[in-house]
Amino acid sequence: MTETDLVIIGAGPAGMAAALAARARGVGRILVLERNGFYGGILNQCIHNGFGLHYFGEELTGPEYAERFSTELASAAVDVHLDTMVLSVSPDRQVEYIGPKTGYQVVSAKAVILATGCRERTRGQISIPGTRPAGVLTAGAAQRYVNLDGYQIGRRIIVLGSGDIGLIMARRLTLEGAEVVAVVELMPYSSGLTRNIRQCLDDFDIPLLLSHTITEIRGKHRVEQVTVAAVDADRKPLPGSETRFDVDTVLLSVGLIPENELAKGAGIELDPVTGGPIVSDRMETSVPGIFACGNAVQVHDLVDYVSAEGRRAGDHAADLLLNEPAAKEDLISLTATGDITYVVPQQIRQSSLSAGIDIFLRVKRPLPGGGVITVCADGTPILRFRRKHLNPGEMERLTLPHQVMSQQTAASFSISVEAP
Amino acid sequence: MIDLICICCPEGCRLQVDPDHDYAVTGNRCPRGETYGREEVISPVRIVTSTVRLTSETVPRLPVKTDRPVPKSVMFQVMDEINRVVLNPPVRLGQPVISDVAGTGADVVATRTVTA
Ligand SMILES: Cc1cc2nc3c(=O)[nH]c(=O)nc-3n(C[C@H](O)[C@H](O)[C@H](O)COP(=O)(O)OP(=O)(O)OC[C@H]3O[C@@H](n4cnc5c(N)ncnc54)[C@H](O)[C@@H]3O)c2cc1C
Ligand code: SF4
Repeated sequence: MTETDLVIIGAGPAGMAAALAARARGVGRILVLERNGFYGGILNQCIHNGFGLHYFGEELTGPEYAERFSTELASAAVDVHLDTMVLSVSPDRQVEYIGPKTGYQVVSAKAVILATGCRERTRGQISIPGTRPAGVLTAGAAQRYVNLDGYQIGRRIIVLGSGDIGLIMARRLTLEGAEVVAVVELMPYSSGLTRNIRQCLDDFDIPLLLSHTITEIRGKHRVEQVTVAAVDADRKPLPGSETRFDVDTVLLSVGLIPENELAKGAGIELDPVTGGPIVSDRMETSVPGIFACGNAVQVHDLVDYVSAEGRRAGDHAADLLLNEPAAKEDLISLTATGDITYVVPQQIRQSSLSAGIDIFLRVKRPLPGGGVITVCADGTPILRFRRKHLNPGEMERLTLPHQVMSQQTAASFSISVEAP
Repeated sequence: MIDLICICCPEGCRLQVDPDHDYAVTGNRCPRGETYGREEVISPVRIVTSTVRLTSETVPRLPVKTDRPVPKSVMFQVMDEINRVVLNPPVRLGQPVISDVAGTGADVVATRTVTA
């Protein structure tokens, strides 16, 4: 078995940023393992623009954003193996992988960073009655077929779920000459970014049917017709509200979940809400020496924050490798309550309090009039943040300032939101 | 007052544009929002992104974009021109693929480098 300092799994924006950060800090032997034949992960199929305004101060397409990092990574002293699939990671950081040049290998690493991104929920996980004809596919798979392979996937299309990929694909397919008859959303609000509703649906007069769902998919070999119905407050279809649409393709854009198989196998504790590992503010998981970042931890809307998180994981892995390992530190929990869906990180190190902490969260329901986010220490409010608009589709970032945090001696923190 | 949502980046700032006061824009978190708010009311424009066919063995499609926003009304003409292009690699990022697309003055450029 070979040994190395740091293994990074995934060469998407999170993994690339982590590798560059760790290298810049002076970590010697870094090995990046990527199952695709190219760098950049999901960005390669995201050919639309809207990436990197925070990070580079200009608006780039996904492939352009990826190429900025991959060019830098290719010239850095980092080993990258493409077409290489990681099969498992053990709790003591032995990484098992297989690739065309290396064959089957096991490498023992002093630190590991999981940057494996996320996967899509599929029809099996949402169950729609009816036949099982061809022509039902996830929006991300459609994006890959159209943008990377150049296939035409259908002529008359309906999209179930108003997640961002579904919205982006509605525009993409319309521009390619298909007719998108509607985007159907179960909830009374969209989970996609407002900008995507505007420029992907409104620009092309594609109807967004809120509080609706697909109740049946029919077709012998290929999809021929779907039934759409309105739903009540309990999300049950309302009898008599059915409309039929003749379509040949159904796209599912019903959510993303962190790719967490490797984390599970390593015995890492997962957050039941995010689906990703529970992490500390240094992006370390419950298994010492294993870090995680990017969509593997929480599904991000902004790649800029993914890169920032990757860099943070790379920096802290470098700390662990290059400095005397810090004495075992107490972790203070940070818990989401009430209308906050989740918060990342879920744990804060005692020693981080003096530096200030960046946190990310999402709310459970839209608060159109905005809200006040309150951070409590052992139940006592210590910080309040006012936000003009809060939406489940838009992740919020807060910085807990060191001036306040360094004064804290609490055993736990919690976070909540109220309408102002 | 016209309410808009800035679509220049995923922040999605809520803008107010005042047509009575020289299209003054408020609510923007950065200067791009001001330009956008004004243009969206006076004459809306969009960046068009798509792909063109490549004769490569490994990379069948090259992602492209207009190098500047084009009028919303000509998006489909831009797509027609893009769909007629077939390229041979190598192509480098930023390389023009169509110049003055649909008479807009914008070029369509490659958004990825493909070596072979
Ligand atoms: C459709 C879509 C549209 C988006 N639009 C925007 C936008 O307009 N603006 C914006 O800022 N952000 C956008 N985002 C968000 C942002 O692009 C993503 O959150 C970000 O790219 C995720 O990066 P990542 O590195 O965490 O994951 P990924 O890019 O998914 O990378 C993970 C990598 O890990 C590899 N991997 C996984 N498992 C293994 C394994 N076992 N062995 C080896 N390799 C493995 C995968 O092959 C992949 O390359 C969008 C996201 C999507 C999905
Ligand atoms: S005003 Fe600036 S920050 Fe706000 S959405 Fe527009 S481009 Fe983004």
